[in-house]
Amino acid sequence: MSLRLFVSRDAGAIAVGADEVALALEQAAARRGVAIEIVRTGSRGMYWLEPLVEVATPQGRIAFGPITEADVPSLLDALSNNTPHLLRLGATDEIPWLKRQTRLTFARCGVIDPRSLDDYRAHGGYKGLERALSLGTDATLDEIIASGLRGRGGAGFPTGIKWKTVAQAKADRKFIVCNADEGDSGTFADRMIMEGDPFLVIEGMTIAGLTVGATKGYIYIRSEYPHAVEAMNAAIVAARRGGYLGSKIGGSTYRFDLEVRVGAGAYVCGEETSLLESLEGRRGIVRAKPPLPAHHGLFGKPTVINNVLSFAAVPFILAEGAKTYADYGMGRSRGTMPIQLAGNLRYGGLFETAFGVTLGELVDDIGGGTITGRPVRAVQVGGPLGAYFPRALFDTPFDYEAFAARDGLIGHGGIVVFDDSVDMRRQARFAMEFCAIESCGKCTPCRIGSTRGVETIEKIINGERVHENLALVEDLCSTMKFGSLCALGGFTPYPVLSALKHFREDFVPVPITLQAAE
Amino acid sequence: MTASYEPWDETRGAEIIAEHANQEGATLVILHALQQAFGYVPEAAIPMVAKALNLSRAEVHGVFTFYHDFRHKPAGRHVLKLCRAEACQAAGGDALAARAEAKLGVSLGSTTPDDRVTLEPIYCLGLCATAPSAMLDGRLIGRLDQKRLDALIVEAQR
Ligand SMILES: Cc1cc2nc3c(=O)[nH]c(=O)nc-3n(C[C@H](O)[C@H](O)[C@H](O)COP(=O)(O)O)c2cc1C
Ligand code: SF4
Ligand code: FES
Ligand code: FES
Repeated sequence: MSLRLFVSRDAGAIAVGADEVALALEQAAARRGVAIEIVRTGSRGMYWLEPLVEVATPQGRIAFGPITEADVPSLLDALSNNTPHLLRLGATDEIPWLKRQTRLTFARCGVIDPRSLDDYRAHGGYKGLERALSLGTDATLDEIIASGLRGRGGAGFPTGIKWKTVAQAKADRKFIVCNADEGDSGTFADRMIMEGDPFLVIEGMTIAGLTVGATKGYIYIRSEYPHAVEAMNAAIVAARRGGYLGSKIGGSTYRFDLEVRVGAGAYVCGEETSLLESLEGRRGIVRAKPPLPAHHGLFGKPTVINNVLSFAAVPFILAEGAKTYADYGMGRSRGTMPIQLAGNLRYGGLFETAFGVTLGELVDDIGGGTITGRPVRAVQVGGPLGAYFPRALFDTPFDYEAFAARDGLIGHGGIVVFDDSVDMRRQARFAMEFCAIESCGKCTPCRIGSTRGVETIEKIINGERVHENLALVEDLCSTMKFGSLCALGGFTPYPVLSALKHFREDFVPVPITLQAAE
Repeated sequence: MTASYEPWDETRGAEIIAEHANQEGATLVILHALQQAFGYVPEAAIPMVAKALNLSRAEVHGVFTFYHDFRHKPAGRHVLKLCRAEACQAAGGDALAARAEAKLGVSLGSTTPDDRVTLEPIYCLGLCATAPSAMLDGRLIGRLDQKRLDALIVEAQR
């Protein structure tokens, strides 16, 4: 009997040696005359265990990891003779970190072969589209609205309302645009799902297309994600061949097709109107709103633009019903959020769970604290425009409103953990620096204010007129907050002001004379 | 593995432009295709793109300069990108970047005088759970540490 093994082809797994492990397994098996088949899946999201190797058994998959090339001979011994192995983790589904998640969007990621439409269908794929086709467009729209789904790109705008606006707009052409620019540091869920379950994104966009009456969609992927570009392109070709893109989608009368476009290294192009400018072939300068993209979007036509995860949530909502999805969550944050645990953390990776889990649970319990073993000091939530939270705020539940109430944001769900060696002055300076590098240049507070911010924080670091310069930074922040067109200039104050507020001691050293007197 | 590029050639450039010019909003698509073929976007190609897309030369130049990815001259033989975003900073990326700069004798964003290595910052590769991260000529590297970085630098200098 041949051994059926699973090794991830996710970029995060490849970056730590998954390709080398897969090759070594093949070669060693060939030398030994052991028949094996290696399926390259997406990642399960337990990155500290990558490269993870799984083997199919009658009792389900058994996991081993992290495996290096050097472990391959002993691993093959253990697999062939059914003997123990030091890196054996037991049944994959029973690994507590995975078991305590609620994987609705990421249910198939790491399980199926992302290149195989058959595998996707065998694991429940395209059930959402089938139900949407049988419900019709109005009832499908009602489902999305009833699910309470809010955009996962950052702003948390209700997806159903957006779709309804486009559905009601009259135009000769409409577009669906998938925002796969994922520029926030500490986030990788879009990348993972595109690499690990690309048909899910296609299915979600297709449902959007037929619901609002659009026949063409674009997926705008950042250039830093070549593996995702390749995976999406391969899946689009397979979906066309399988009758799921093109004319007569899934046997219906609907027509819908997709095209991948690649960004060119501009963070601001994740902002929806800048992204549309970029898709049209121009500089990614943010447009003033109104008009909304829903009315006047790509090439001036009504356009649904959503984040990858928003589209990826749609097939489940249709297949299992809006209520099943909405039953998860808290307050106005319904369903699940694929949370990304990153930075200095022992157990980093993708953790999908219902809204409501606290920051402390995520960092200390699920994330296991720092990899350096030092105390956690600061946590940045929501990417480069998100606030730094101290331990004192670890009781904040993961929920749009709860974070906003504490001058933070959950953004795209990234959590970056820092230990006590962090210098918050440097983090504040970086926030300003990043804004200066990435500003589209349209607003003076964003373009000039951020550069002044870098200079001023630099002076604080050098101990020059600290109090005066701190007041100046606060002033700059308020100008940026109220004088910027988009959230790049408008939200950069979040990380800066949160650093100043919660980590004041880094900026204003305790007077030495007082310390000495004690 | 070094990426090998064709030397700039006007006929070949025109061919590439023509291949993509019919797509809607083709400017970025064409600039990417040119850079993929030649390793940079030659100055001479800008007016050609403008003509093919019925745009002004200034417009195409504006697009070209807006995006960090497009180069106006060839990079070094190898391109080493180090992630400088927050998750990698949290995992010790600052010290590694400083080490790379010291070892190569150039600062981030420049090329060694012998044209062998271009050292560049990148802001997140989506590998933030195995930070710090790097990319050498398109190959991804996670869990970067001093030893791995030193090996990458030796490889890049070859
Ligand atoms: C500077 C900036 C960068 C952004 N980057 C992204 C991004 O990378 N991905 C994303 O989906 N949304 C991003 N957004 C949010 C988008 O503007 C927009 O809200 C989102 O695409 C809407 O989709 P959703 O409703 O599904 O979240 C960004 C916004 C700003 C201001
Ligand atoms: S805030 Fe900054 S990035 Fe946003 S529109 Fe203004 S200048 Fe552009
Ligand atoms: S334009 Fe509204 S947040 Fe940027
Ligand atoms: S911050 Fe470095 S890979 Fe994401």
